[in-house]
Amino acid sequence: MTLPPIIAALRKHKAGAVLIALQIALTLAIVCNAIFIIYSRVDAVRRPTGMDESNLFMVEQQWVGAPSGDDAASLQKQDAMLREDLAALRAMPGVVSVTPSNSMPLLNSSWNGSAALKPGVDLRGGNARTTYYFGDDQFLSTLGLHLIAGRNFTAADVVNKGFRDNSQPDIIIVTKALADKLFPQGNAVGKVIYLNGDTKPSTIVGEVERLQAPSVDSWAAGFVWNATIAPIRLNGNFARYVIRTKPGQLDTVMRGVRDVLYKVDPMRVLDDDSVKSFADIRANAYRADVGMAMLMAVVCLILLAITAAGIVGLTSFWVGQRHRQIGVRRALGARKIDILHYFQLENLLIAGAGALVGIVLAIGLNKVLMLNFEMSRMPLVYVLGGLAIVMALGQLAVFVPARRASNVPPVVATRSV
Amino acid sequence: MFGYYIELAVRSLRRNQVLTALMIVTLALGIGASITTLAVLKLLSGDPLPEKSGHLFYPQIDPNPLEGYVAGQAKPDPMMSYPDAMYLVHARRARRQAAMATMQAKIVPDRANDHPYFADGMMTTSDFFGLFDVPFQYGSGWSAPDDESAAPVAVISDFLNDKLFGGGNSVGKTIHVWGHDLRVIGVLKHWAPQPRFYAEVIGNRDYGDGDAVFMPLKTARAMDAGAGNLQCYAQVSDLIHIETAPCEWLGVWVELDSSAEVASYKAFLDGYVKEQIALGRLHRPDTSLLSLMGWLIDQQVVPSDARLQTYLAFGFLLICVVNTVGLLLAKCLRRGREISVRRALGATRRAIFAQFMVEAGIIGIAGGVLGLVLAELGLLAVRHQPADYASLAHLDGQMFLATFAVALAASLIAGLLPAWRACVMAPAPQLKAA
Repeated sequence: MTLPPIIAALRKHKAGAVLIALQIALTLAIVCNAIFIIYSRVDAVRRPTGMDESNLFMVEQQWVGAPSGDDAASLQKQDAMLREDLAALRAMPGVVSVTPSNSMPLLNSSWNGSAALKPGVDLRGGNARTTYYFGDDQFLSTLGLHLIAGRNFTAADVVNKGFRDNSQPDIIIVTKALADKLFPQGNAVGKVIYLNGDTKPSTIVGEVERLQAPSVDSWAAGFVWNATIAPIRLNGNFARYVIRTKPGQLDTVMRGVRDVLYKVDPMRVLDDDSVKSFADIRANAYRADVGMAMLMAVVCLILLAITAAGIVGLTSFWVGQRHRQIGVRRALGARKIDILHYFQLENLLIAGAGALVGIVLAIGLNKVLMLNFEMSRMPLVYVLGGLAIVMALGQLAVFVPARRASNVPPVVATRSV
Repeated sequence: MFGYYIELAVRSLRRNQVLTALMIVTLALGIGASITTLAVLKLLSGDPLPEKSGHLFYPQIDPNPLEGYVAGQAKPDPMMSYPDAMYLVHARRARRQAAMATMQAKIVPDRANDHPYFADGMMTTSDFFGLFDVPFQYGSGWSAPDDESAAPVAVISDFLNDKLFGGGNSVGKTIHVWGHDLRVIGVLKHWAPQPRFYAEVIGNRDYGDGDAVFMPLKTARAMDAGAGNLQCYAQVSDLIHIETAPCEWLGVWVELDSSAEVASYKAFLDGYVKEQIALGRLHRPDTSLLSLMGWLIDQQVVPSDARLQTYLAFGFLLICVVNTVGLLLAKCLRRGREISVRRALGATRRAIFAQFMVEAGIIGIAGGVLGLVLAELGLLAVRHQPADYASLAHLDGQMFLATFAVALAASLIAGLLPAWRACVMAPAPQLKAA
């Protein structure tokens, strides 16, 4: 089978050939960009937080009668209420451990600042940005973090301070990402850093493998693995508790926790949103991303189906139109397989031409999206993947009408219509 | 003639039912997707206060230190510090002006067994209600002297009134907020601009029922209500007395009725900043006075995912149209004999063109009807999304008409090429071939 007769025949069907090529081009452009979007979203959703995420939930609550001032007496009263809650929660059957915490990965409520090697360096001049977690000696075990160097906090390390008190902690545990950024040569444990441009040093006593920042938004993307944990119970008229339960007892403990806290002190705000499993927090943080990825996937599938239907429709029409020519070719000795190959090759030509245009369109579309949205450059492999998909789709779609063409009997050549 | 074309078109469409169904479904999918995303986009970029938005403006200044300042590249901050906001409110250079901040009001119900809960609220100044034309069911807002004396009064929403008092005229009753007693002086009719544009930082609970409780700024601050958003431009140690801290936490809205008033207010704002720079309190001269809609664009109220989806839907529609062109073309070329017979019997080219356009139009209308069903299904899916605007997504009369306009336009564009090819076809060879 040689190309010239195919090209000559296509000249007679310019409009149809151009339409199929155009459709292939547009489909390629949209499908490979959509797959790229799906992949980037799924990639973000699948990254681990560094925690052991099963059997974990969080309670957020506010006291109504608590003093709201920052004087020592108010703070001691607030701290007493906090410790009373902690003791009640730790005594619940099914609870493994509990820590107070200002936030959690994926919670989208964060305290952020800077960490520097020199004292008094302003936010802009800090060596690294970091997010802060404040918890007690059970913070690491409750969240299920992996300590890879140094030591954990002990009960004696834990202090309390008002949540509006800007003083820096004496000792901290940092994530490996932050430690490596500040001390590329390693051995961060035992070193001293300065937080938030302060002149008071904070000593690194331990290093954890991984802990994600609370925010998944793009503004926090630069320091999403930089976290600093301080052994501090933050006092205010509100508190968050992270609770790890025994396997299989998460639901029971979550159902019972409200009554336990109301029993300690009924004057508090504990509404429907106050008790959340970490699975819900995760689902909530990534809901938009998962939704977008699913939408893109559905659109891709429908697009491919429509394009395939279009190819089937137009090729069927050609086959109908060339019924007689096919019969003549068969009568002159062409085999069925030759007719089949003719239409397959023809589709390969059209789809190939369309795909060439499509590659340019796909890269152009990616450029437009990069200009208008927070999107990165699409690696070439997506274009190649899209190319393979549309070429395969073309061949699949053309198979049915081509088979029908190959079944045209040679006797058609002798009939007048 | 038109009726005859329709009859011909219907007959032709029925002859080839699979192809016709394919075209209609293709078009309907494209239209359903684009109308769904357009409806969401329209909801998100809508005017929250159509009667008043042209008169509302949002002044901004930049209190940040001079270091790092590059003239022409700095953008004023979205919020204002207390002294600046109060200066603008007291200067009374606009028809109306109010300073405001979002707050969380902890409400303790009277009934013994009810647990306390949070309600969204605003701490603001007396002009707030006149400025935004807030409708009252009972009572009224507070006065400027109430602002100064931190009067223990509150205005509550219709839904809070229902929840606390079971509806009715509750003026004079007492509510307990943050452990303080406030006298209700007004009950609003339903009032919930979408989005809640007057919150000083947009991006949190922008769509929904609106605020439940409004109280004078000083009253709320006297009971230690924290500001919903706080941004500091210098190191601070005391975050309780935010009136004197170098922190921004208030938004100011002003009502200006003509472009001359806008220009003179902008000059007043510039003058104030220059004076403060001379005094050494401010350092950067940039100011801004955006209109309400300008402010919403500046704050990017339309999430980028919604815009991306709209792009995608229209790309999808484009492919659907190209597909329909192809199918219509195939159909029309297959009917060469029929066209030639009609031409030979005296039909003009124009008549053939019209006939094919009518056929395309019928597919468009059918696609529009099915597209409308798909768009309703799409919006049903949107309403099940967790986003705070989700429950508001619906098709209004305008979008209903837009659906058919898009469907008809898409199908007629798709029909152009096939109809043209049909009408330029030379009848003689086709007839001879037969």
